[in-house]
Formats: sequence, C-alpha cells, structure tokens
Amino acid sequence: MIERRPGLTVFAHAVLIAGILVVAFPLYVTFVASTHTLDEILKVPMPLLPGDQLWENYSTALSTGTTRGVTTGPVGRMMLNSLVVALAIAFGKIAISIIASFAIVFFRFPLRNFFFWMIFVTLMLPVEVRIIPTFKVVADLGMINSYVGLTLPLIASATATFLFRQFFLTVPEELAEAARIDGAGPMRFFWDVVLPLSKTSIAALFVIQFIYGWNQYLWPLLITTDESMATAVIGIKRQINTGDALTEWHLVMATAVLALLPPALVVVLMQRWFVKGLVETEK
Amino acid sequence: MEKRVVFRSAWLPYALVAPQITITIVFFFWPAVQAGWYSFQLQDAFGERTQFVGLANFAALFRDANYLESFKITALFSALVAGLGIAISLLLAAMADRVIRGALAYRTLLIWPYAVAPAVAGVLWLFLFAPSIGIVTFALRALGIHWDWVLQGDQAMLLVVIAATWKQISYNFLFFLAGLQSIPKSLIEAAAIDGAGPGRRFWTIVFPLLSPTAFFLLVVNVVYAFFETFGVIDATTQGGPAGATQILVYKVYYDGVKAADLGGSSAQSVILMAIVIALTVVQFRYIERKVQY
Repeated sequence: MIERRPGLTVFAHAVLIAGILVVAFPLYVTFVASTHTLDEILKVPMPLLPGDQLWENYSTALSTGTTRGVTTGPVGRMMLNSLVVALAIAFGKIAISIIASFAIVFFRFPLRNFFFWMIFVTLMLPVEVRIIPTFKVVADLGMINSYVGLTLPLIASATATFLFRQFFLTVPEELAEAARIDGAGPMRFFWDVVLPLSKTSIAALFVIQFIYGWNQYLWPLLITTDESMATAVIGIKRQINTGDALTEWHLVMATAVLALLPPALVVVLMQRWFVKGLVETEK
Repeated sequence: MEKRVVFRSAWLPYALVAPQITITIVFFFWPAVQAGWYSFQLQDAFGERTQFVGLANFAALFRDANYLESFKITALFSALVAGLGIAISLLLAAMADRVIRGALAYRTLLIWPYAVAPAVAGVLWLFLFAPSIGIVTFALRALGIHWDWVLQGDQAMLLVVIAATWKQISYNFLFFLAGLQSIPKSLIEAAAIDGAGPGRRFWTIVFPLLSPTAFFLLVVNVVYAFFETFGVIDATTQGGPAGATQILVYKVYYDGVKAADLGGSSAQSVILMAIVIALTVVQFRYIERKVQY
C-alpha cells in the first residue's frame, strides 16, 4: 500500500463484494431452484431460499433424468461419460505432446522443423471451422457414439506441445550430457530425468485440459446420437424443451449444478496449478 | 535457442512424434483440405451428384443478405463481449490488487466461472431471464420493462452477451491481476511522492503498462466470442429470434448440419479459417515482440 486511504480501501472491498455477488447470483438461483419442486419454481416469483427437495431432485436426476417431454437418460451416466472424456483428453493430450516435444527438443532429425510447424498450424484449425468434414472422417472410421470418437480427434494439442517445448529448452544441457556419459539411452533419460522434472508443468496442464475436455460441447453434440453416450453438458441442453411449460426445471437445475461442480472444484482446489497452467499455456 | 547436446537415433524421434502427427493429419489437415474442396462444389439435395462450381458458393454467400447480416451480428457480439469483459475485469483486478485482507478469498470467488461450460453458462442465464418464470424477468417487469427475448432480437442479443461475458470475466481477471502485480512498486511510489493521486497514477502509469495485457486479452476475447460461444448460443437462443443472434460459427453449424447445405457451409468454413489465421498471426506477431526467452 502506497498511502493510507481508508475510503478507497472500503470502496475497493465494496466493488469486489458487488462483483462476487453478481458473479455468484446465477449459481445461487440455480442451486435454490434445484432444491424445490417444479410447482414451487413455476410460481412467479420463485422462492429465493433453498427448499427441502435437494435429495429427491438430485437422486431423481442422477438415476432417471427428465421424463416429461424428452427423456434424456440418467445424469449419472452422463457424468460418467464426461469424466471418461475429460480424463482421456487430459491424459491423451499430455502424453502425445510430451513425447512429441521431447523428440523435437532432444533429437536432430530431418523434417524436425516441418513437424513442429505442422503441430503449430493446428492452432488455426479449431473444430468449429471444420465441423462437417471432421464429422465425416470420424463417421467413415466408425467412431460415432464411441469414447474414441469423442476424444481422439481432440487430443492433438499445439498449446501443450509448445508448453513442453519451452520447458525442455530450459532443462540444463549438462543433464543430458551426464546421462549420455553414464550410458543412458534417450528413453532412459526421458523416464528418469525429463519426466520427473516436468511434474509441475504436467499438473498445470492437467487442470486446464481436464476443464477443456469436460466442457466440450460442439463435438459431443455432433458425435453422440445415442443418449447413453451423451456428456453432462450436452445432456442439459437436451433436457430443455422449447417453451417453459414442459421443461422440468428443478431437474435441469440439479443437472446444471452437477455438470459444473467437478470442473469448478478442480479450479478451486487446484488453484495454484490452474493459474500456472492458464498463464503458461497462453504464452 | 537450440540444444547442443542431443541424442541420435534413426527411428526413435519419428516414433515419438508419430501419434501427434497422425492425429493432426487425420483429424485436422485432411478435414481442412476437404472443407476447401467441398467449398468449390455444389451437391444436389440427395447427396448423389456433385458438381464443380468454382467460386459460385462464395459468390452466393456474399450476395446472401443473411450471411452479411451474420457478419454484422458477429462483429457487434464480439465487440460487446470483449469490451464489457475487459472493462469489468480490469475494474475488479484493479480493486483486488489494492486490497490486502482477503485477497485470496476474493480471487477464489471470482475465478470459478472459468470452469463453467459455455452451454451451462447459457442455461443458468436462460433460467434467470426466462420470459414467463425467470426471476430477473419478474424484477424487470416490476420496473416496468417488458422482457421477452424469445420475440425481441436486441434482448436476445443482450442475454447471450451477458452469459458469454460472465463466463469470460474470470479469465481476464486473472491476467489483469498478474499484470498489475508485475508492475514495479517503485514506479507507483515515485508517482505518489510526486503527489499523484490513485486515479492519476492508474491512468498515467498503471494503464499504459497494462496495455500489452489488454491487447492480448482483446485478441483472446475476440477469438472466444467468435468460436467458443457456440455453446452459449445453442443452449439459449439457437440463433433466434429471426437470426438476431446467429453468429458466423452458428451459421456454419446450422447450414451444414441442420440445413445440409454442404457447399455453402464449407465455403463459410473456409472464410472462418481465414479469420482464425489472421487472428492467430496478429496474436503471435505481438507475442514474439513481448516475450523474451
């Protein structure tokens, strides 16, 4: 603090608290709605204090899902799908990026720069701009409605490769030299030296990629026609009918809370890695 | 920066890059090439015959009033999302940088929306603003404002802007906070000794030093508004009413998947690719200059 200005400090706290309230308001209303019966929610205005249906709504959502209008299947299944997809994408991205950057940094071989540029260019081709051809490729490979189809096309990652490359460039050359003199081959060096040194980068990337995988929307929307393969984020959308009357809002809101809880917990509990990952992947 | 000490092997490096390169070719390059190829073709309604039509799909797009309208909508939407998101998070970050007590608690409570999927963010705000049951709709009615985004295009736009901005504030906030904390305190102290008040210090010292961060965030936010907000739109307005919130990405999806217009949708994909490439180049040229390794 440069100078004492109690007025300004109070103002800063007031702005921050106001900000937090506005940011948290939608979540609070969602949570309240998920603890009431549908009739209570449809009353205008809906109650603003939590009700007593918490257990009923969440267990109904998890075990059966919505049944009026559209049946979407149990949310428990969707959560499992989301978890599998998020973990597969996070681990897959980290695994293929770390070995690719290891090769690019610690080896000299023809086409090395060409491969690096190929990976770089994928940054410029997000799923959103090549929706239909990518869907066709996956359909031709018979990967529709499968975990492989949901995850494999998303695990190529330029950002993760960059991050590992930057990090490997800072690994002292003496380590590689020492390993070579001691007779260690490149893979031995990778497992015993590079991988342990990369732990913090891996943790940071994991947090970012887990959230990325969990929150995927367009790709699962295209690739899952079978409701048992839907992820939680897709499931919510399918639970909402056009017109407010048919939608079982109490279950939709319970599903929304369930769908945002795992990534939100990852952010809050692994905050240190999250901030590191966010700042470093964007360099 | 190159390593002097390297390993040698005739096959190992290729084996190590193979998984990444294979996925890149199969799921990125091949589809991108196909999108380019389809964009020069016209398919009949049953998908049986295709005809090479050159640039006709592109010409048709630029004659299509809906497509040009979609450009304008996307520009307005990204300007609002980026502008509002950056302004609000800069204010919050400047305040968070000032307080000492409870700084970590404030940060924790402000960053969690990053974890919320755009589609889920859309659903949360959709519920608040639902025309008949929404709690905010009720409050607005009490104030004499008739709220029904299902019928009114500008209100639908406001809804998707709020949902998209809400989700992005935490991201901007973290970058601004990091930027503010990296400003040397000696500069601020010197200005304070010279008699500059907090407001003056912010605009003449802090803000100029933050401008690289702000510019970086501007590019990131525009990219976010262009592409990642697909979930927000699809979960709330689905481009409606009457195309009032149909951003370019949503139109590619709608024309290609719902309307099965392969050629038109692919031509739009190619145009979008050009936009992404331009944005990425801007981002990287600027980062090259800023970051020194």
